[in-house]
Amino acid sequence: MQAISHTFYMTWRQLRNLARQPWYVAFTLVQPIVYLLLFGSLFQKVVQLPGFGSDSYITFLTPGVVIMTAMFSAGWNGMSMVDDLDRGILDRFLVSPVNRPAIIAGRLVQSSTVIVIQSVIIIFLGWLRGASFPGGIDGIILLIVCAILLAAPFAALSNGMALVMRKEESVIGAVNFILLPLTFLSPVFMARDLMPSWMQSVTSYNPVTWAITAGREVLKPDADLSLVWSRVGYLAVFAVISVVLATRAFRAYQRSI
Amino acid sequence: MADAIIASELYKSYPGGVQALDGLSFTVEEGAIFGLLGPNGAGKSTTVKILTTLSRPDRGEAHVGGFNVLNEAGRVRCNIGYVAQNTGSDRSATGRENLMLQGRLYGMGGSELETRVSQLLERFSLKDAADRVVHGYSGGMVRRLDIALGLVHQPLVLFLDEPTTGLDPEARVDMWHEISRLAGEEKLTILLTTHYLEEADRLAAKLAIVDRGKIVAEGSPEQLKSELRGDALHIELDSDQDNSGIEVALAGLENIREISVEESSLHARADEGAKAVPIVLQALESAGISVGSVTVARPSLDDVYLRHAGRSFSRAHSEADQEDKKRKS
Repeated sequence: MQAISHTFYMTWRQLRNLARQPWYVAFTLVQPIVYLLLFGSLFQKVVQLPGFGSDSYITFLTPGVVIMTAMFSAGWNGMSMVDDLDRGILDRFLVSPVNRPAIIAGRLVQSSTVIVIQSVIIIFLGWLRGASFPGGIDGIILLIVCAILLAAPFAALSNGMALVMRKEESVIGAVNFILLPLTFLSPVFMARDLMPSWMQSVTSYNPVTWAITAGREVLKPDADLSLVWSRVGYLAVFAVISVVLATRAFRAYQRSI
Repeated sequence: MADAIIASELYKSYPGGVQALDGLSFTVEEGAIFGLLGPNGAGKSTTVKILTTLSRPDRGEAHVGGFNVLNEAGRVRCNIGYVAQNTGSDRSATGRENLMLQGRLYGMGGSELETRVSQLLERFSLKDAADRVVHGYSGGMVRRLDIALGLVHQPLVLFLDEPTTGLDPEARVDMWHEISRLAGEEKLTILLTTHYLEEADRLAAKLAIVDRGKIVAEGSPEQLKSELRGDALHIELDSDQDNSGIEVALAGLENIREISVEESSLHARADEGAKAVPIVLQALESAGISVGSVTVARPSLDDVYLRHAGRSFSRAHSEADQEDKKRKS
């Protein structure tokens, strides 16, 4: 009970603080909009390549951008943790009888809430540009679930890095260093079958690929559920590993004070 | 009267071989303001972090409010308030929101919490700023909010880690009033750490001097000062001369004790300072040592520190800062 109520208080604090920085919220949408509108137009004709497997680039691109945005949004989650560390807010919480996991759980719930809102906006923009979603509302909901399944571990890892590095510059560097290659080594912009063969093999180990594969599948009218479930399973394993790492970072922080 | 805080034989070292605590022990009576005085790096904050359950000692034991900080951490947490060195308040939230969240984490709620929060806002003169975000608060206002945050759940023991560091002199004096008022009104035990001698002198009923992870002296400020017989002589010497012969030059003089030389300043103690000055000056002159200025003062806590830690407070402070820089670079 306490774990739930404390997670709620922590989530509420984060969301309220975020809502007080409307510019920040607006900026986080700039990148996906650029990809959706500019990239979407630039590469429109790429679907004509033999073997691309889709006849509308915007339909292909939209779920990819949803997943990618979720990953970046979660990746930056640790930034406010650095601030909490600097300001002594984390220590204040640790001295109180707050439920410890709620400190991280609150951030994951906050991150997921933001991702739901961002995803809805991106899907709407994609639809305006002509993307179609044959899987209907159910498919869209499942796509967002996939996005959250990918984002939660990234948010946990981002907080873990914040606790270990404790400097905004280092976290920014590390997040870019990790997330950019993961983006381009996934089928966000290009069908996997058309990638160079070494890239194809690398992409199969990329969690972003798992989320995109499952996310695109659920939008199809006749989704292959075994494919979806297997990728969801991989993501779950990735989530468990991430949470273990983040917990370790948290313990390391407590030992260092 | 029972003891609110008992720390016994605390040891703690950090990675990199820094021995922060080296067998530190002290007790604090209920209802008192107890000061831990020492330069940066002496181990004050580490002590507070252990007593507030934030950190664990390598060895040793501590009890706060009757509970063991190691295996009854949960109960200790419910009974203490902690105001850290760096603020701890949430800049993007309003004063009221900060206090409400803090209360909820301690299991408070409903109208009880709302009343308590309004009370505290009024009490710390934050009523007009209550619904503005902390970002726009002045340094003194933030500090008052920090203390209010530590008091929401009506703790038995309040830890104030360097409560006035970084405040301008005016805000510092206000904070002193605030802290002494707290101890008077709320039957609260306060443990205060500071590196301002004046602050310890003014606020603490009892204090302990910490140096290199150990308590080197303990007592009320008056007691500590009265242990030092006589007046303190501070003599500034010319820095570009050889000052090594001083102790020899002054060794034979009667009533001059505890002579110590640090770079170009000479500290000594004499029963009657005014009478000692000409004698000391003459001795120095005949040894060929020229003098810049002389001051005679009643014993201060700085002298107490010098006596027990073997170096002057300001020197210990700058040494600690240099070590800190070395470690960081």
